[in-house]
Parts: sequence; C-alpha cells; structure tokens
Amino acid sequence: MNSTILQTATRYLLPMLLVISVVVLFQGHNLPGGGFIAGLIGASGLALHGMAFGPKSTREALRINPATVMGVGLAAALGSGLFAVFMGLPLLTGIWFNLEVPGLKTIKVGTPVIFDIGVYLVVLGVVMAIVLSLLEE
Amino acid sequence: MLLALVISGFVLAPVAPMLQRALPHRAGYIVALLPLAIAVMLGLMSAGVVNAGIVTDTEGGFSIVSTAPWVAGLGVDLAFRLDGLGLLMAMLVSGIGALIFVYAAGYLHGHKHLGRLYAFLLMFMASMLGVVLADNLILLFVFWELTSVSSYLLIGFDHSQEKSRKSALQALLVTGLGGLGILAAAIMLGDVAGTFTISELVLHRDTIRGHALFPAIVVLMLFGACTKSAQFPFHFWLPNAMAAPTPVSAYLHSSTMVKAGVYLIARLSPVLGGAAIWNDALTWIGATTMVVGAWMAFRQRIMKPLLAYSTVSALGTLVMALGVGTTKAVEAAMVFLLAHAFYKGTLFMAAGAIDHETGEKDVSKLSGLRGSMPILFIATAAAALSMAGLPPFVGFVAKELMLKGLIPDATRGTGSAALTTMLVLSSALGVVVAVRFGIRPFLGDLKPTPTEPHEPPRSMLLGPVMLASLGLLAVVLPGFVALPLVGPAASAVLHATAKPDMALWHGVNAALLLSVVVIVAGAALFAIQSGVLRVIEPIASRLDRLGPARVYDGTLWAVLTFSRAQTRALQSGSLRQYIFFTIGTAVIAIGGALAVNQGFSSVPGLSDVRNYEIGLFALLLVGAGYVGVAKNRLAAIAGLGLVGYGIALAFVLFGAPDLALTQLCIETLMVVLMVLVFYMLPDFRSISNNSQRFRDLFAALSLGAVMFFLVLIAGQSTPDLAVTTFYGERSVPDAYGRNVVNVILVDFRALDTLGEITVLVVAAVGVYALLKSTPKRAKHIAGLKEGSE
Amino acid sequence: MNLQLLLAILVGGLFAAGIYLILRRSIVKLIIGLALISHGANLLIFASGRVVRASAPLVAEGQTSLRPPHADPLPQALILTAIVISFGVLAFMMVLVSRAYRALGTDDTDELRETDS
Repeated sequence: MNSTILQTATRYLLPMLLVISVVVLFQGHNLPGGGFIAGLIGASGLALHGMAFGPKSTREALRINPATVMGVGLAAALGSGLFAVFMGLPLLTGIWFNLEVPGLKTIKVGTPVIFDIGVYLVVLGVVMAIVLSLLEE
Repeated sequence: MLLALVISGFVLAPVAPMLQRALPHRAGYIVALLPLAIAVMLGLMSAGVVNAGIVTDTEGGFSIVSTAPWVAGLGVDLAFRLDGLGLLMAMLVSGIGALIFVYAAGYLHGHKHLGRLYAFLLMFMASMLGVVLADNLILLFVFWELTSVSSYLLIGFDHSQEKSRKSALQALLVTGLGGLGILAAAIMLGDVAGTFTISELVLHRDTIRGHALFPAIVVLMLFGACTKSAQFPFHFWLPNAMAAPTPVSAYLHSSTMVKAGVYLIARLSPVLGGAAIWNDALTWIGATTMVVGAWMAFRQRIMKPLLAYSTVSALGTLVMALGVGTTKAVEAAMVFLLAHAFYKGTLFMAAGAIDHETGEKDVSKLSGLRGSMPILFIATAAAALSMAGLPPFVGFVAKELMLKGLIPDATRGTGSAALTTMLVLSSALGVVVAVRFGIRPFLGDLKPTPTEPHEPPRSMLLGPVMLASLGLLAVVLPGFVALPLVGPAASAVLHATAKPDMALWHGVNAALLLSVVVIVAGAALFAIQSGVLRVIEPIASRLDRLGPARVYDGTLWAVLTFSRAQTRALQSGSLRQYIFFTIGTAVIAIGGALAVNQGFSSVPGLSDVRNYEIGLFALLLVGAGYVGVAKNRLAAIAGLGLVGYGIALAFVLFGAPDLALTQLCIETLMVVLMVLVFYMLPDFRSISNNSQRFRDLFAALSLGAVMFFLVLIAGQSTPDLAVTTFYGERSVPDAYGRNVVNVILVDFRALDTLGEITVLVVAAVGVYALLKSTPKRAKHIAGLKEGSE
Repeated sequence: MNLQLLLAILVGGLFAAGIYLILRRSIVKLIIGLALISHGANLLIFASGRVVRASAPLVAEGQTSLRPPHADPLPQALILTAIVISFGVLAFMMVLVSRAYRALGTDDTDELRETDS
C-alpha cells in the first residue's frame, strides 16, 4: 500500500493519536479511559503508520521491539503489585503517596497508576506485535 | 514429632539415588539407618523416655498425639496419633524396613536402578507409617493412596517386563478402587459423626450405628480394606504382584501393605464393630479367604506364589479373628499378626536368597541345600516351623490363641464349630506348605541347580536370621519382645485393657488337642501330597479359569473397549460434530433449566422503548443476519464492522462510555486485521447443500432462542447490587478514582486484570510463533495425502 | 425493563448468526462466526446487569460515592477486558487458520480433520 493520501494523513494523525492515548491513559482514573483504551488508541495510530509506510519503517521508527514493550508492561503491572507484598499486605493492594508539586495542588500517586501504565504497555505491545507480524507476511 | 517421623522417608527418598551413586556399596546400609532410627524413636516415645507430645491415657491404653493444621476449612488436619495398634504396625513397618534395605543391597547388588528402588521403598515406608499413625480419616486416605502408588512403582520396578507392568497396574487398579471406597466411606463417616478425627469417632459410636448410612459406610469401608488386604474375591492381585523384586515382596506383601486393610479393620472395630453386618461379613469373608488361600498355596510349587497364597490365607485368618471380635479373638489376631510378620518376612527373604544363589524357583527341584547354605537353612526351618505352628515358636502360640478364640462353647454361636473346622483345615494345609518350602529343599540329596548353590552374602542373611530369632525370642522372652507390642495393640482395638497369654504350656486342653490334629493331618497330607495333587490338579486348573481374575480381565477389557468406542464417537476430529455436541448440551442444559425453574410472569411490551433504540437494534440485527448470509469476504467484514460500531453506539446510549471507546478501537483494529489475514485465504465458497444448511440453521436458531430467554429472565430477576454499591461507595475514598469501571480494573480486581493481560501476551506470543515458524511439514503432509488417496 | 426484550432479541440473533457461521465448512466463516458470538456474549453480560438509560458510572466532582441513577460498573469492567481478550484470541485464531490453510492447502473444515488423530 503506497498511498500518498494515507501517508500524509498519517503524518498528522499519528502524533495526535499518540498524544490522545497518553491523555486518555492518565485521565482514565476519573473519566472514561484507562490503560486498555489508551493502549488501543495508541496501537491504532501505530497500525496506521505500519499500513502507510510499511512495517519495516514502523519498526525503525519505534526503535523498541513490541515484545519488549509487552514484557516491560507485564513486569510493571506485576511489580506494582509486589509493593504491597513487601509491606506485608496482600498482592496488588493499592498504595498511595501524596506528591507535592511546587506551585500546584497535591497529586495522589499510587501503585494502581503504575499498574494501569503496565496495562497500557501490554495492550500496545500485543496489538503492535500482532499487526506488525501480519503486515510482514 | 510424629509428623517428622512420617515425613522423613519422603525427604530422604529423592536423595537415595544420589547416595547410591556416591557410595554404591554402602548406600543400602546408610538408608537402613532411617527406619532403624524411626523404630528406636517410636520405642522410646511409647516407653515415655522421650517427651513426644500430648500423652493421654485412654481406655485403650496410652496414646501420643501430634496435630498440625492443614486444610482447616474441611476439618482435615495433619493429625497423628501413636497408640498400641499404631505402635505395633509402625514398629513392623520401620523395623522390617531396616532389614529390607540391607537385604536389597545384597539382592540387587550392582543393579543400575538400585538407588531408585531405595527411593520407592522409602516413599512406601513413609506412606505406610502415615497410614498407621494418621488420626484423621482423610489423611489416612491420602497415605493409603500413596501406598498404592508407591507399590505400583515397586511392583513395576522391572518395567521392561510386560508382566511386571501388567501386575503393577492390576494391583493399582484393585487397591485404588478400594481406596475410593474408603474415601466415600470416610466422607460419610465424617458427615455422620461430625468429625474426621479417628480417635473421636468412638464417642459418636451410637450416632453412627443408628444412622441410615451405616450399612453403606460398612460396605464401602470393608470393600477398601478387603481389596488392600487381598481378601476373597479380591485376592488375585497379590500372587501377580510377585512380579516385584523379592525385597519388595518381602516388605509389602508379607507384613506391611497387605496388612493395611487388616489395620483399618482393627482401627475401626471400636467404632463400627459390634454390629452384626460388620462382624458377620468380616468373619465369613476372612474364613473363606483363609481356606481359599491355603488351598491355592497347597497347589503351588513356585516359591513366591506359594508364599503369596499362604499370605492370603494368613490375612484371611486375621480378618476372621477381627470379625469374631471377642477379647480372645482380638488378642489372638494381634499375636498372629506379629508371628506372621516374623515368619513370612523370613520366608520371603529366604525365597529370594535361594533363587539368588541357585537360580531355581521351583521347590520341587530343590533338594539337599543344607550343606551349602547352613545358616539360611536354620533360619528358614525355624520360620517354617513357626508357620506350621510348632512349639517353641511364636506361630504355635498364635495358633493356640486363635483356636481358643474359636472353639465352640456355651457363649458362642453355631458358626464357631464351622470356623474351627475351617481353621484346622487351612492350618493343616499350611503345615504342608511350610514343610514343602521351608524344610524339604534343604534335606535329602543335592540336586543340580542352574547355578552352584552357596551361602548368601551376609546382607541377605541378616534379615532372615533376625526375624527367625525374633520368632523364637517372642516366646522365650515374651515380656521383652512381644507383650509390649501386642498387649497395647489389642487394648487399642478392644478399647479395654488386654493382656494376651503368651505361655507355651497350659496343660492338656481342646486347643492343644486340635493343634496335634493339625500337625498329624498336615504330616499325613505331606506324605500323600503328590498323589492328591495329581488327582485334583486337572479339575482345579479348569476351575481357576472361572476365578475372579477372569472377572477383572473381563471388566478391564470392557472398560477399555467402551472408552475406545466413546472416544471414537465423541472425539471424531470433525469440528462441526464438536460444535453440535456443545450446542446440544447448552440447549438442553440451559433451556431445560429455564423451562423447569422459570415461568414468565409477564412478557415485556415495547411501549417504553424509544424509536431510535428500535432503529439501532433493528440495524444491528439486520447486520448480523447479513453477515450470516454474506456471499463474499469483504461483505462479511463490512457487516461485522457495522455490528461492532453499532454495539459501540449502544454502549454510549446505556451509560458505558469506556466500553464504547474500547469497542470502537477494537472494531477498527479487527477490520484491519481481517482484511490483512483474509487476503491470504480463499474467498467464500458454497460447499454445503440445502439440507445441511437447514440442519445448521435449526441448531443456530435453537441456541439463539435459548439465549433470548436467558436474557429475558435475567432482566426479570432483581440483581444483587451489594458488590456494585460497595465499589460505588469505596471507589473515591479508598482508590482515589472517580471512574468506577477503571478503578475496578486497576485496583479492586487488579489480580484479574493481571491475568487477562497475561492472556493477551500469550496470544501475541502465539501469533508471533505461528508466523515465524515456517511450516516445514506442509509438503510432507500433502505428500502423505496424495499417497493415501 | 422493556429494553430487555430488545436486547434479548439482539443477543439471540447474534448467537444464531454466529452459530450458523461456525457450522459452515469454510474456515473463514468460522472466524467471522466467532466474532459475532463474542459480541453476543458481551451483550449477554451487559444485559444481565441493569440496563438503564443513565449516566456513566463516574463519581461526580465533589461527591464521594456513586449517586443513582447510574449504569452498573461491574458488568462494564467484565466486558471491557472481554472485548480486548476476544480480540487477542481472534487474532490468534486468524493466524492459526491462515497457517493451517497454508500447511494443508484446504479451507474446508471437513478436510482438516485428518491431522487430528
């Protein structure tokens, strides 16, 4: 597929989709969104890139192997759960800290956020791995 | 402490093969130290020298208790209890075990899998200790099955022989089936009594006895015990189990595993005994086994089957005595159990030694061995005389006590005369067998044997000599060897203080006279045995074909045939057939449940539904139908996309924006993927004919209808909102999130999510692996297909 | 709960169409049928909670708990992961089928059975 229209559109769409995916990831705790949806949005953007420019250039642009992304995500999700274990609580108990940002209000940071980021990375990695390998066929 | 004793065997088992490799000549002796230490510990504990835990004095003598929690929710604890009966059995298991390890070191010297044999034997020993020390019915069952499994490994030790494998499987199936009976009985018993703790069952004796399930408990428990202890008609597996190496037979099949059933009967006698069904069944099963075993032993000339059948007979005697259940009979049973362990252990080890040193298994071809193996001769002869019931050996005392427990008097029923006759008959046959195996081969002129006979090595003499001497010492020094074991054991069974009289001489009485009758009859029978056998053998061997072994073979064949046919019918390899089975099951099970349990109180109308909702749903339905009948790939994919986006819209309408977003993204990706993949696949073809289409449509509509009613009924029931309410209330205070769906996913049910993303990773890895592996076999399969057509 | 009737018809229809498709001999139809069935299953879970025309299960700013009327978040959480997982499974299925087609040279499930035994 060598469509100029698709390629041009992708140039604008991909950064937008990636930004949206990150926004959706972090707003997910309070508004619709979260790791699953954000990962799918990001993966859609990258899949678009793969179709427009070919899987090879997508892999080059990504620099990181999707399998690594999956692995890091799974490790992050599991690792966020291990925090609680080290504190003597059941696996995956949410632990929260208050993060004081100077000039801004207090932000709550907790292990579920890390968990959600892990989910995001897994979904992103899985979809990318599947789509890219199929494109390479 | 008791737990540690039981577990130690399991701990050492995996180490044994390494030990054997490191020290090929000493490993057996080192391993033997463990059972020896266990025996010493048990002795010290029961003598009160070692403070071993909670000691209680009960009606049935002393008992040491040790409990650790295990599956508390089911009332199953690692509860162990050492009392008189447990001590007698555990001493036999560990004491004879120590001798067996030394014996095996000599018998299988240089065998490349000797270490493995040690490991299996240790596993078995630990399991057996667990059986006799467990104070919880479920725990007992677990160890019971472990003995079956380890005996399977031991009988099949020589796994290159088909006969070994077959015999091992037979023993496993028969005793394993019995084990299931015990599990069922144990669950019922625990349910009725409210406890699985064996020592507490006796407190609920009357409740159990009066319960409607009591007959079922007795029958199942006896089924389990009788399979394990090779009672008629389940006795056939024991002679076949002689395919095991002789150390295994000497251990499992003389004094330990086969006595597990006897142990179980004795253990439960205080609880289940006293009821006619229990006592009568045991008495007559035991008596029948006793006579059948003796008769079969009488017909054997090959050493190990001969001993196996004579063991069957002895086990029958024990079961019979426990069935009679009087103080005298139980005392006799305990003394007999000990005596039998001593002489049968000796004889099995002697059989192995003779076979090992002469290469001959047929006793009729052995003669004049006394010169070349004098020590073995003395030990074997002493054991044989004990078996024949001659003084001054413990076998004589046991037989006297047994006779005294059976001989008819005013207090006993009409059956006792019959039982006495049966005992005398089988004992006389036992005399013949004992002399034929234990004495005759050593006397007379030396006959040539496959290998030059010579005295077995010391490792193989230790066991027979020790056990044969114990058979004498038990009588000479009863207070030292026998009474501390059999007295408390009988007390534990009777739940009352018992002290067996082990004296040799009581003056002339009926039992002594019957003993003389047994000896004289046995001697006479020995003199005419070849003539008798010549006459009966043609008839008897024909009868054998009707025996229970045939029933086993037939059943096994029937089960295998059935399962093969069933597999062929259900696992045909046709995908469509599998789907039909699944649909059929779903329609019948779900539809049936809906039809039986739910009536429709009202069929909801359409009044409250808005027009755009009807429009959307109609569109979705049309889309689904269009996908169903689409004539080409692209049309189907387009229809599928329509359905997916439509469902996303429906999610928006009904307050599920997260789902709508997810569905939108997934649908987009799915369409992309389908286009990519289907590009590689052929387009739709019209293969089926109309009747097939009609059949499939019928199946599809049936399941669709069931799902339709399922949703309707789900809507009629009031959902339990406790969980939803909880999440709704705790989401902000506990998890600092306002999107409850996301909070459930990443916090409340994060473990589920973790599992789900793992599934995703597995799917991706699967895709990757499938795509990257080139199908090398493709051509090969294509070639095969051409060849076969 | 009159919406329930509409949902019931739709779920029944999706299952029927899906089953009909997986009973076809063409292996491509098998995948499409499975996709339809997973839609049906998702809606089945959705319908077994309370289906209401209400706002999303989001706790409003300034409040600490969910105020009715709101949609049930529990089935939504179940369905969300189900959607993503069914995507993963279907992707795997598709690749498996295309591999099987390449290896065996047929798209007829009746001919695929030869590898089973």
